[in-house]
Amino acid sequence: MRYSFLSILANGLNGQSDWKPAWRDAAPKPSYDVVIVGGGGHGLATAYYLAKVHGIHNVAVIEKGYIGSGNAGRNTTIIRSNYLLPGNEPFYEWSMKLWEGLEQELNYNAMVSQRGILNLYHSDAQRDAYARRGNAMRLAGADSELLDKRQVRAMYPFLDFDNARFPIQGGLLQHRAGTARHDAVVWGYARAADTLGVDIVQNCEVTGFLREGGNIVGVETTRGAIRAGKVALAVAGSSSRVAEKAGLRLPIESHVLQAFVSEGLKPVIDGVITFGAGHFYISQSDKGGLVFGGDIDGYNSYAQRGNLPVIEDVAEGGMALMPRIGRLRLLRMWGGIMDMSMDGSPIIDRAPVPGLYLNAGWCYGGFKATPASGWCFAHLIARDEPHAVAGAYRLDRFRSGHLIDEKGVGAQPNLH
Amino acid sequence: MRIPCPYCGERDAHEFSYLGDATLVRPDPAAVDAQDSALADRFHDYVYLRDNPAGAHREWWYHANGCRQWVRVTRDTRNHAIAGASLAREPGDAA
Ligand SMILES: Cc1cc2nc3c(=O)[nH]c(=O)nc-3n(C[C@H](O)[C@H](O)[C@H](O)COP(=O)(O)OP(=O)(O)OC[C@H]3O[C@@H](n4cnc5c(N)ncnc54)[C@H](O)[C@@H]3O)c2cc1C
Ligand SMILES: [Zn+2]
Repeated sequence: MRYSFLSILANGLNGQSDWKPAWRDAAPKPSYDVVIVGGGGHGLATAYYLAKVHGIHNVAVIEKGYIGSGNAGRNTTIIRSNYLLPGNEPFYEWSMKLWEGLEQELNYNAMVSQRGILNLYHSDAQRDAYARRGNAMRLAGADSELLDKRQVRAMYPFLDFDNARFPIQGGLLQHRAGTARHDAVVWGYARAADTLGVDIVQNCEVTGFLREGGNIVGVETTRGAIRAGKVALAVAGSSSRVAEKAGLRLPIESHVLQAFVSEGLKPVIDGVITFGAGHFYISQSDKGGLVFGGDIDGYNSYAQRGNLPVIEDVAEGGMALMPRIGRLRLLRMWGGIMDMSMDGSPIIDRAPVPGLYLNAGWCYGGFKATPASGWCFAHLIARDEPHAVAGAYRLDRFRSGHLIDEKGVGAQPNLH
Repeated sequence: MRIPCPYCGERDAHEFSYLGDATLVRPDPAAVDAQDSALADRFHDYVYLRDNPAGAHREWWYHANGCRQWVRVTRDTRNHAIAGASLAREPGDAA
């Protein structure tokens, strides 16, 4: 069913009795052209673009829990394309363009809200670095505007401008950045992929791989073996665990990242603000809660829950930026498992085992990448060649020295 | 999370900083011809590749706000249960 004003009106008149499930809860078939492991945003977007752009419809997305139960449903929903390096910026800008047309493309309200992201700077050196990044963004066709203190004060008068240690001097603003409703992105891609014939198989964990000769020809799952022409991994924080079953050791460590939401407030922050002197960022959800987060906990973890030191650190960052949040009560906090790659940048590449494709290493920034990641991964799977904007995301870059060192961080905790 | 420092006793994780996998062994450049690509491969594996297990993980923690010694801890990455800890300068098993 196509969603429209008329469908809402008609259902309003008949007691909402006409709505159908948005996608089929499929049982696995014995074989597919492509099996995608992982029903997060990236796996579902990949399936959608395989069907839509490349005409490959005989596709299954295999998810061990329910779709969106991983990081897709746990992130702080910020979307942006404000990167510096040529390996990154065209990719994220392509993602931004896909976000801008996403709701029309999927016929689904993903609540994409281009409310702007403001990265604050606190020193002359940081201003220069932001000016450079802003220029790099514009060279790649994105938008950016360097603001001085007066302009930032006009936007957010309540920030602690004259903080003794970290006075705010200005900020780099990307107007087109913002937020999207994370669950709706999952559901929208699922529904659109399903309509094009993709099977979405939930509660089905991939436990191993089928091999013939040296090739991977399918997966073992808790619901039986499934053969596949190609197998594509998009399992985010579980990348090492799943790839290990194919005999791979990846340049990835799994770490926990926490996020927080406060009690609901009237509108106070209409964009996204990031602190430039510590790891803290904040926005306000449409329900009114302030959504914020900071650093990863900094040690290997599959626990999906974090510890207190980082909570304290995040709270301190928030207080340094906008002291008024000190009187707020926290409503909830949670954690998700990040696949931290060693240079902090993702991998979209063929695995060194024939038949296997790899989408991993998204660290804490993969939500914004969801549309372009799906687009480029589908391109790679369908054509066996990398998409132009994702060409730098090679697995062998750690061997060849072509690291994508956007921030000099990655998994290494003492660099954060 | 509390870490049982063998010198100071059980202390809050806040006092420590983390350095990751303690099972990695730095390749010995002298053992192979430096031109040998096998050496580059070994360094690549050492610097970048990780087992990243879901389960028992042997890892380095530095007790920065305590005795300032390196501690080798065996922790379950699924639930943070700690099976044992030993000082780095003592060779051998943490668990
Ligand atoms: C707290 C937090 C805040 C974040 N904030 C942001 C942000 O503001 N902006 C941003 O861009 N990014 C953010 N991220 C990062 C972003 O959420 C992730 O990079 C992104 O969601 C990863 O891609 P995904 O959606 O496909 O992952 P997931 O949703 O994690 O999908 C992977 C799926 O694979 C499944 N799976 C795993 N193993 C198996 C198996 N063996 N068999 C079958 N299925 C399996 C999992 O159950 C899971 O559903 C944040 C992450 C967290 C945790
Ligand atoms: Zn100690």
